[in-house]
Amino acid sequence: MNQLMSNDPGKSKLNEQIDQNLKRVYDEALNEEVPDRFRQLLDALKKKQAEQ
Amino acid sequence: MTLRPAGSPRGNPRDEIILYLASMRAFAISLTRNVAAADDLVQDSIVKAWTHIDKFQPGTNMQGWLFTILRNTFYSDRRKRSREVADPEGVYAATLYEKPAHDGKLVFNDFQRAFDQLSPEHREVLILVGASGFSCEQAAQTMGVAVGTVKSRASRARKRLAGLMGMVEGEDVLDGMDANTTAVMGRSGMQAA
Repeated sequence: MNQLMSNDPGKSKLNEQIDQNLKRVYDEALNEEVPDRFRQLLDALKKKQAEQ
Repeated sequence: MTLRPAGSPRGNPRDEIILYLASMRAFAISLTRNVAAADDLVQDSIVKAWTHIDKFQPGTNMQGWLFTILRNTFYSDRRKRSREVADPEGVYAATLYEKPAHDGKLVFNDFQRAFDQLSPEHREVLILVGASGFSCEQAAQTMGVAVGTVKSRASRARKRLAGLMGMVEGEDVLDGMDANTTAVMGRSGMQAA
């Protein structure tokens, strides 16, 4: 139906590999440990909110 | 299990922001290709989301809402600075992506080099649609463009990416061979040479 679902073997294989690599780029970033600074920031914002 | 749409919301949506820190950061890294810049971007986006939580409609996709804030912040900062933030020491590239590729063809390091060379707009659409699991409709909403624009931009981005890696659709190594055959032939070719 659409381009990405094409039956052209070369094209779909290339897109498949691009997708696999894109997922890997994203997942590697996703699986990194989230720095504490963000939780600390949320805690600080919450504290500030409670004081108001 | 599911949130009831009517009645009082079960919790404060602000308390849900924490659930999306990792995905916000992954999206920010995809856009900036620089961990320090990504972390600053996430930090700014958290503050904005917290401050403007009244703009969030409970029951809608919070990840999409947060991603919208993040990418709008990114592009607006970028316009203000009007220059690219580079990763002068190559810290990110050096530390994160040293793992060997396991598929013989699209070597991952080559892929990343090509990915880094794309415009942020192209990286954005490919990551949203190709990797983060957003539908074209969700991506369109996040990016503030039409669904057709998402599809055509993604298609152009794929072509550009393939071009940067020296791969053209339907050509050369990908033509009519499966990955294993190509990998084996590539190896034996190298041994013979």
